[in-house]
Amino acid sequence: MSNYLKLIALGLVILFSMIAANYARDIAYMVHAIIIMVISAGLFIHTLRNTDEPVLNPAPQNEYFDSVVRFGVVATAFWGVVGFLVGVIIAFQLAFPVLNFEWAQGYANFGRLRPLHTSAVIFAFGGNALIATSFYIVQRTSAARLWGGNLAWFVFWGYQLFIVLAATGYLLGGSQSKEYAEPEWYIDLWLTVVWVAYLAVFLGTVIKRKEPHIYVANWFFLAFIVTVAMLHVVNNLTIPVSIWGSKSVIVWAGVQDAMVQWWYGHNAVGFFLTAGFLGMMYYFIPKQAERPVFSYKLSIIHFWALIFLYIWAGPHHLHYTALPDWASTLGMVFSVILWMPSWGGMINGLMTLSGAWDKLRTDPVIRMMVISVGFYGMSTFEGPMMSIRAVNSLSHYTDWTIGHVHSGALGWNGMITFGALYYLTPVLWKRERLYSLRLVDYHFWLATIGIVLYAASMWVTGIMEGLMWREVDANGFLVNSFADTVAAKKPMNIVRGLGGVMFLSGALIMCYNLWMTVRRAPAKEASLSVTVPAE
Amino acid sequence: MEIYTLLREFADSWMLLFLFVVFLGVVFWAFRPGSTKMYQDTANIPFRHDDKPAQSEEART
Repeated sequence: MSNYLKLIALGLVILFSMIAANYARDIAYMVHAIIIMVISAGLFIHTLRNTDEPVLNPAPQNEYFDSVVRFGVVATAFWGVVGFLVGVIIAFQLAFPVLNFEWAQGYANFGRLRPLHTSAVIFAFGGNALIATSFYIVQRTSAARLWGGNLAWFVFWGYQLFIVLAATGYLLGGSQSKEYAEPEWYIDLWLTVVWVAYLAVFLGTVIKRKEPHIYVANWFFLAFIVTVAMLHVVNNLTIPVSIWGSKSVIVWAGVQDAMVQWWYGHNAVGFFLTAGFLGMMYYFIPKQAERPVFSYKLSIIHFWALIFLYIWAGPHHLHYTALPDWASTLGMVFSVILWMPSWGGMINGLMTLSGAWDKLRTDPVIRMMVISVGFYGMSTFEGPMMSIRAVNSLSHYTDWTIGHVHSGALGWNGMITFGALYYLTPVLWKRERLYSLRLVDYHFWLATIGIVLYAASMWVTGIMEGLMWREVDANGFLVNSFADTVAAKKPMNIVRGLGGVMFLSGALIMCYNLWMTVRRAPAKEASLSVTVPAE
Repeated sequence: MEIYTLLREFADSWMLLFLFVVFLGVVFWAFRPGSTKMYQDTANIPFRHDDKPAQSEEART
């Protein structure tokens, strides 16, 4: 019966997307209508072929739902490489403008590729890492199978569709020009549906848990899911110009719109890239170090302090704008206070290794996790410092910001995700161990040196640029034109590109290593491979 | 009094105080007597049920 309803729904979606492709007012909308038409047609045929067939193997409650996590691991590695590659390309486009090829203008120039890079690394790489690890962790720490059966598959594939629509949209000019919130209105609506399903799966699993307590990692994941839902909806309250086109108008006006955008933007950092990844830290570091977290009490205080403070920090993106002074001062003060819980969390992660520091010498995976926490500490010190109004007057709009973001994103988010992938792959594919620890070592050093090159060159070029912009002569005239600063930045732009190449090569080595782990590493005996008797 | 001023004055007085007290409550709750033993058990959650879900109602083994 439910298959017939599905067929009717899919048929209506196909019909609607055909009409939409026909009436489309812009190319991005038309391509998206065609993509949705093709996907729903495929699903229609699939559902039709399976209708009235016997249903095989209903979800066994005595096993974890790990197939969706395996897909998530593959998707994370794949989107990671795509995102890093686009990053390297645009880094060299900045160093050598000739790489903005004439024949690709309007599709593959810097302006079109830049949101593709940021969304690919944050939402495709980071988002898939968060969905996969949260599904893995919530099952283990709740001692229960994922709630909702195939809903988890809907979350995974629905999220991939969101990524594909967003990415193709950027290249074809479909962007609402809000940083990190570029996707157009219909993509936002789709993400909302997927996100509500994600919340349902996660919360459903927490509710049916067999452990009496909710482990701290799940608190962080839940905060991440709930807050991102709130941010996404408020920052994307738009009214479409036409149902047949991708353009829409935001309901907020002027400085309110700017404030809502950076309330969203900074909490995307705070809850997507921090709270969610802290959930990963609180599970994978204890697991890899084989000892419980240093202080569970500290983790509780860490959680509540972070949740109370982060939400206020957004206005520091709007110093010296039309935003009232009191609001930007508020953002600045909360950003500085935020330093404390951030370092509390860092200390908790690092001290988990106390008594097991020797593992750093022998286990490159835990070294990766530890350096990621180290980068977390560095960027959560740099961030509050840059949010201070006087520092911001030098650093804002310069490459220093770009360096800060990358030491956080590559160092903290990238490294903890790599550590999680190295942990998860042998476990999920039931292998005894990783294919090669030496390759993990190469990856570690390539990535670390890459980040250092990236961050150092951006500090130099950012501060230089900031000083050049504000330099005035005796008569009060500006000394440098904008083009002077661009010319002066060239060597540092090249170093930054090389750092990116190193980081990308490390990720490619990781993909090879993970692939060979699945193909070649010895299978794990006994414990995991024994079949669980049905109840 | 217009609603903006009303809300703003409420936000930076009573609401600020309320949230701060809630936070202090969380800190005291974390350090309440007897919490150490309970949190030791909670911190060990990741080391149970690695391979399959708990079968009985009570998971602690």
